Amino acid sequence: MAKADIEILWTELEPGCVVTEPGSSKAYRTGDWRSFRPVLNKDRCIQCGLCWIFCPDMAYAQDGEGYYESNPEYCKGCGVCAKECPTNAIGMVEEEEPEL
Amino acid sequence: MAKQVGMEVSIAAAEAVKLANVDVIAAYPITPQTHIVEHLSELVADGELDAEFVPVESEHSAMSLAVGSQAAGARSFTCTSAQGLALMSEIVFIAASMRLPILMILANRSLSSPLSIWNDHSDVMSVRDCGWIQLFTENSQEVYDHVFIGYKVSENHNVLLPTIINMDGFILTHMFEPVYIEDESVVKQYLPDYVPKFSLHPDKPVTMGAFAMPTLFTEAKMAQNEALKASYPYIMEAWKQWGDLTGRYYNPIEELHTEDAETLLLTMGSFGETAGEAVKAMREQGKKVGLLKLRLWRPFPFEELRRAVSGASKLVVVDRAVSFGGPGGPAASEIRSALYDMDPRPQVHNTIAGLAGRDVTVNDFIQIVESAETKKTDDYEIYGVRG
Repeated sequence: MAKADIEILWTELEPGCVVTEPGSSKAYRTGDWRSFRPVLNKDRCIQCGLCWIFCPDMAYAQDGEGYYESNPEYCKGCGVCAKECPTNAIGMVEEEEPEL
Repeated sequence: MAKQVGMEVSIAAAEAVKLANVDVIAAYPITPQTHIVEHLSELVADGELDAEFVPVESEHSAMSLAVGSQAAGARSFTCTSAQGLALMSEIVFIAASMRLPILMILANRSLSSPLSIWNDHSDVMSVRDCGWIQLFTENSQEVYDHVFIGYKVSENHNVLLPTIINMDGFILTHMFEPVYIEDESVVKQYLPDYVPKFSLHPDKPVTMGAFAMPTLFTEAKMAQNEALKASYPYIMEAWKQWGDLTGRYYNPIEELHTEDAETLLLTMGSFGETAGEAVKAMREQGKKVGLLKLRLWRPFPFEELRRAVSGASKLVVVDRAVSFGGPGGPAASEIRSALYDMDPRPQVHNTIAGLAGRDVTVNDFIQIVESAETKKTDDYEIYGVRG
């Protein structure tokens, strides 16, 4: 798995910052960009998979029962899934500030 | 055996590109580089050069195409001038950052306005910090030779940087003069087939030109800067190898009559030949004047410059561009900075001359030197301006 950005020395970069490891974006967890998270209402979900198709971050995966759930480590909270869902089964819920 | 022939310098440049066996030519016409791509188009159409000749819709596309083809593993070539360079400049910076060893001939021309098609160095100075290896040439042979030298250096896996060959528009591009045309066997011996370090191929997927967060960008720029500085010994090695093969040796700074010179002229590009005649004439009058011709602009030859000017009391830098509202000419500005820590160091006088192809004759260079010799302080002037 690729190193995190913060650990990479300039001497370790390939010329032109070429990334030689395919699929290395998996190491880059974009979930902390999120201010809204998708919440699925399974009563309305028809398991059509449009959320999985449209998700720009490939954050959706099918669970054992056939429902599609977003992975919070990668979901940026863009809301495309909620917009495209034909049965309005996905709602966007604002993330709350953690109490300090 | 190399054969000496008389031809237009642009045609000689195109013939060199043919001998370098390029795979892709991104072509968009703009005066004064047009004859180069026109001749390449004939060579491809006549079957003399097996390359993709792509007449793109703009210079922005020309450099974008060269980036794409070079990334795919093809030896790529383009050339442009002035406004064309300005339009492609976004991608010029990207080509260097992505470490793609493209070769570009820049037929130097003034940036508008007023609209001008003639020669000065305002175009190349606008991309001074683009990260390419940048060289100046003063005659046909130097342009011709540097096509091979440029690819040799750029494609070296220890370098992997694009190269700009500056040739003065019209003064060189449209000049007919003798040039030694090399045998194909010599070029093949010198310049092996291009072997990319990385290329876009489904069998070995890589990502090029990716995004970087602030956590990585500084490291990326450090690596890029160090790479350009580290290209210096490979440029020296490529010049030496070409010299050993052809007898024509090149240096980061060429020197003429510098041995005991009290005043040194410094020029770039085609100024060198005229300034050389002026220096010879002044020597005949017993004046201790020498000439430095700055060939390598990036990476900047700091040590060579300090060594070359040591012993001189006055250095007269002749720029062919203006840094508006700044310290005068861009070359003099950098040279003053490079010499700042020298003790003693020569007084640097800066003359800006030859804008938009205005003639600078042997007598003009003599006047520039005589005028600078009377100056007491570092300064700059725009030579020959009326009013």
